[in-house]
Amino acid sequence: MRVRSNAVSAVIALACALSPPRAGAAVFGGPAPGGVGFLPTVSDNGDDIVWLHNWILLPVTVGISALVLGLIVYIVYRFNEDANPVPSRRTHNGLLEVIWTVTPALLLVFIAVPSFRLLAKQLIIPAPDLTLKVTASQWHWNYGYPKSEGGFSFDSLIVDDKDLKPGEPRVITADHPMVVPIGKVIEVDVTSQDVIHSFSVPSFGVKIDAIPGRLNKYWFKADREGFYYGQCSNICGIDHAFMPINVRVVSQQDYEAWLIEAKKEFATADAVDLAAAPLVHP
Amino acid sequence: MASVTDLTHHDVEAHHEHAHPTGWRRFLYSTNHKDIGTLYLVLAVCAGLIGTTISVVIRAELMEPGLHVFPLISAIMTGDGSIDAAKNMYNVFFTSHAIIMIFFMVMPAMMGGFGNWMVPLMIGAPDMAFPRLNNLSFWLLAASFCLLMCSLFVEGSPGMKGFGGGWVLYPPMSSNAGAPGPAVDFVILAMHLAGASSIIGSINFIATILNMRAPGMTMFRMPLFPWSVLVTAFLLLLALPVLAGALTMLLTDRNFHTTFFDPAGGGDPILFQHLFWFFGHPEVYILIIPGFGIVSQVVATFSKKPIFGYVGMVYAMLAIALLGFAVWAHHMFTTGLSLNAQRYFVFATMVIAVPTGVKVFSWLATMWGGSISLKPPMLWAIGFIFVFTVGGVTGVVLANAAVTRYLHDTYYVVAHFHYTMSLGAVFSIFAGFYYWFPKMTGYLYDDRLAKWHFWLMFAGINITFFPQHFLGFQGMPRRVVDYTEAYALWNMVSSLGAYISGVGTIVFVYLIYEAFAAKRLAGNNPWGPGATTLEWTLTSPPPFHQFETPPHIFGDEETHAPAIAGHGSMA
Repeated sequence: MRVRSNAVSAVIALACALSPPRAGAAVFGGPAPGGVGFLPTVSDNGDDIVWLHNWILLPVTVGISALVLGLIVYIVYRFNEDANPVPSRRTHNGLLEVIWTVTPALLLVFIAVPSFRLLAKQLIIPAPDLTLKVTASQWHWNYGYPKSEGGFSFDSLIVDDKDLKPGEPRVITADHPMVVPIGKVIEVDVTSQDVIHSFSVPSFGVKIDAIPGRLNKYWFKADREGFYYGQCSNICGIDHAFMPINVRVVSQQDYEAWLIEAKKEFATADAVDLAAAPLVHP
Repeated sequence: MASVTDLTHHDVEAHHEHAHPTGWRRFLYSTNHKDIGTLYLVLAVCAGLIGTTISVVIRAELMEPGLHVFPLISAIMTGDGSIDAAKNMYNVFFTSHAIIMIFFMVMPAMMGGFGNWMVPLMIGAPDMAFPRLNNLSFWLLAASFCLLMCSLFVEGSPGMKGFGGGWVLYPPMSSNAGAPGPAVDFVILAMHLAGASSIIGSINFIATILNMRAPGMTMFRMPLFPWSVLVTAFLLLLALPVLAGALTMLLTDRNFHTTFFDPAGGGDPILFQHLFWFFGHPEVYILIIPGFGIVSQVVATFSKKPIFGYVGMVYAMLAIALLGFAVWAHHMFTTGLSLNAQRYFVFATMVIAVPTGVKVFSWLATMWGGSISLKPPMLWAIGFIFVFTVGGVTGVVLANAAVTRYLHDTYYVVAHFHYTMSLGAVFSIFAGFYYWFPKMTGYLYDDRLAKWHFWLMFAGINITFFPQHFLGFQGMPRRVVDYTEAYALWNMVSSLGAYISGVGTIVFVYLIYEAFAAKRLAGNNPWGPGATTLEWTLTSPPPFHQFETPPHIFGDEETHAPAIAGHGSMA
């Protein structure tokens, strides 16, 4: 019993260690030095991914690995040629073979139930409050806001090392983050102008490929204000490592204030056209 | 046993009657399965050393944030030490690392090397069914390797040398949009030749195993290694033509203005991904199934016990092979597949865990009750069982599309497939190498060096790849040349691990030299009563042609135990 409770608490400790920290008001949604677990998740889908992994998949995978390792150690200790000079000739045990076929199958069913539920939740996109167009090209992102928000779009490029302000992490900081309001269903319509890229924001549980000639849809609803980091997640050429994705989640008031500024800053005729234009591959 | 000795003696007499070529002719013109197997193994060792060097250079670059190593590498290789050339050369290196390790290290070692050497010996055949095809398949592969090396030195992306779009060759990165230069054409032709070589080789294996088994060697008396080669040969035969089709379409897109994969002409880049992974997923089983066979032989030999659940092991391999063709799109969960498509591929992928589990538990049950001697081949086999289990369970994690939404294309995936390939497949190759080295060369290697090699590699590779799970959770994308400072700690640890396994590789090279220099004779069977398969009845090295008069195999029909199970006898 003591052993069992130790094992249970070990699993709980492991799951907690890999779970993201629960921080205060504004979340820093990027990697921590020496971090070993998931990034802080701030959307329903992101939270569910972490839950599914840490409370269902992790115990199963660690358990099976530990079982196999334990068996190997025991077998080598108990049945080495010094301890057991005469080998048995046993090569069959029908019941045992059925057990080690059926048990993993049952474990998989146990995993599959929450996994399929989350999959449906991810892929059945609710009615969006705001739809943004994300266009990738070598090697930057372009974020387009619809007519209802003022109809503008802007490029988001990496900030060079020499231009970084104190506190801004190298490689993953972009000059113009995408800004979205808190608690709203945001649909991203993702495409590419050249090769395949992938739009990824781990904290929202978002990863969707940007493919020329296709419009891929995904969604998130960020429930906490903060600054969230992602990177292009499909090899796209020499500057693949230098295509950061930054998303700032703000309150509705701050969002509206930003919109007024952004409209002034980005509302060129070209940008309006790009945001409003139908998606046709060049 | 007296009759066996007579038989071998007869063979030795017989081969003196034939004139067989010596010197360079022996290898260049060779139609002998053992010589061709040796050629394959030499190619695999050379390619493996190149691939390992590349990976150590990659880890050196990633040891610290920023670009340090590749400006120098690029300056040496292309004369261009600029930052852009360095980033490009990094991409070229990880692309080449994958192609070299898959097509020129693991496949030649397992199928071409051990398959050619051991399948005829283990089924009691004098040679492969089509000796000249065998020669052709090796030299096509050698030519293919040359083409791949050529690609490093010609233009790929504008103004850049080599192709750096990843071994998966996804268009538009690999089409004129991403890499208009001839480097991609070289890679495509290299893969075409390697594919032709493998198709020819697999036809040869299938014909040999189905037709040339010794009298009495029924399919279910056949040892598990030839079984694994047979299953793999069918996988190759069915998967590679699909790759060839995809590559040909890519080639015509690039050169003859077709638009199979170009949306501007009504094509679709995702079509290529479907075709590629229809080959690519069976390919990963092609890389591991012969390893299953090797590990089965080694575990049975050094437990001095027949394999547990032999029939279950065969059906597990067949099930894995069959399912392997039905799960390809689990590599494409983030491409925008529909909900139902993702549901199906999640389900099918998870099912593969069941036959894989059967294999792991059967190996453990084979060891249970055995009399285990921890010789170097057994260390590698036991190491394989553990690391393959770790790689397998992270595969179950990644099978869940919902979780892959987070982990796809992060270092978690890198850790996963290196646990199955760099540790799994490579450990099984070393298990086979240390198991059959005395048979193939006639010499014993130094056990102490072999154990050093094992422990250095085991420690080094685990230190390299285990922390990459953490980097994946933290969101570090794969195939990046630079990363933000937060990832520095685990990248440093990972690189130190790579250097340790690099030292292990040097020990391995020295071990081969030492074994040939010391010339300790191995005798027919250095492994004792556990080694029951036919190759151990022959001299070490075996005669130029063996079994010209086929041996007769008897099984123990009472227990349905096959000859491999140790119940068989030979007359």
